[in-house]
Amino acid sequence: MTIRITKKDIDAHLARRIREISGENITACMQCGTCGGVCPMYEQVNTPPRVLVMLAQLGLAEQLEEKRSYDVCASCHHCQVRCPRGLDLPKVMEALRLLTLRKNINLLELDELDDEAIRDMPQIALVAALRKLTA
Amino acid sequence: MTISYYPGCTLKHKARNLEDAALASAAALGIEMTELERWNCCGAVYSLADDDLIHQVAPVRDLIRAREAGSDKVVTLCSMCYNTLARANNLMRDDEEKRNTLNTFMDEEPDYAGEVEVVHFLSLLKDELGWDGLADRVEVSLDGLKVAPYYGCTLTRPYEVSIDEQPERPSILREFLTALGAEPISYEEAMTCCGSYQMLTHTEAALSSTQKILAAARDAGADAMALSCPLCEYNVGTRQRDLVEADDAWDELPTLYFTQLLAIALGLGDEVCRTELNQLAARTLLADRNLVAQAG
Repeated sequence: MTIRITKKDIDAHLARRIREISGENITACMQCGTCGGVCPMYEQVNTPPRVLVMLAQLGLAEQLEEKRSYDVCASCHHCQVRCPRGLDLPKVMEALRLLTLRKNINLLELDELDDEAIRDMPQIALVAALRKLTA
Repeated sequence: MTISYYPGCTLKHKARNLEDAALASAAALGIEMTELERWNCCGAVYSLADDDLIHQVAPVRDLIRAREAGSDKVVTLCSMCYNTLARANNLMRDDEEKRNTLNTFMDEEPDYAGEVEVVHFLSLLKDELGWDGLADRVEVSLDGLKVAPYYGCTLTRPYEVSIDEQPERPSILREFLTALGAEPISYEEAMTCCGSYQMLTHTEAALSSTQKILAAARDAGADAMALSCPLCEYNVGTRQRDLVEADDAWDELPTLYFTQLLAIALGLGDEVCRTELNQLAARTLLADRNLVAQAG
């Protein structure tokens, strides 16, 4: 994967903002890829979690938002319990989601869901999805 | 001291089969648990943001209600409620700065510092009766029923709220099923996430995960799967119809709440199990094994 970086692409404050939201220091990541190996959504994501962390380490905020793969995280905490560096990746993914959501950009639009599906699904599915994916 | 019971949003509607079976079983076993007089939705998912505490208010309010009811324990049936309440409780107990902020903000409630213990119903059964004690109460043994225990994410992760002392290799559901006379089977995907709330937005990714979980259980010889989360039940149970529609040869695996298996084993009958809320395959299996009346 080739990443072209120019100075104007770099948000020097990104790692700090992620740390403010999540309490996590993303520079701890050593790119081992264990997180992707246990991620239940991995086969369907366009960018593995370690690459998202690398983009965040480099301060490439726009590229991160284009990739958007942090919106696929199901917060299952499998990566967190396996991370050899002790990084709480679900918290980092939540921080990345919140950086988008706090601009009033939704990652789920309720009116795009089928009415019948909404009637069919348990309350907990809607509550959890709306909590995680809407501003 | 009494035990408070926190139902959560789904148990009064879509997951009556989880709740009714559990409450009837608890009564039959002499476990007294009283539903909180006032409770609100816990939020379903624990907030992972450190700089925004507003989402902690809902679960903490429920914990305060439990303490006001004079309880030292609050029990949940739903895995996600368990996880959210247990993590919020740890936050109030361990993080002085955030505890002070939340207590100051919630000025109508008494201060709270994590005094109530949050327990899942499986742990309560283990603590109150022990597995041998439960086995002694079984009226209808589930002998010959091969069941895949499914933990999903929130019963064992993160490890600090795991209901099992060995979160990497949990055995609590296996021991529970053994006590009921069933044969628990081992398979690789017992703790793999079913996709959770992503079933709404990334349906294909979630279905690919549920397919892997169900196929692993089926290949290991399971007749059914036991679980404790209404969202898992929706994803691996209800939405199994998507896998059936996509593949004629898909062998549907019945999914049941662990409390339904408990109620059946205690001889409490069909009406408390509410199997009409399960997929048809689950009702058919139980009827075929003469564990409930014929499926309608």
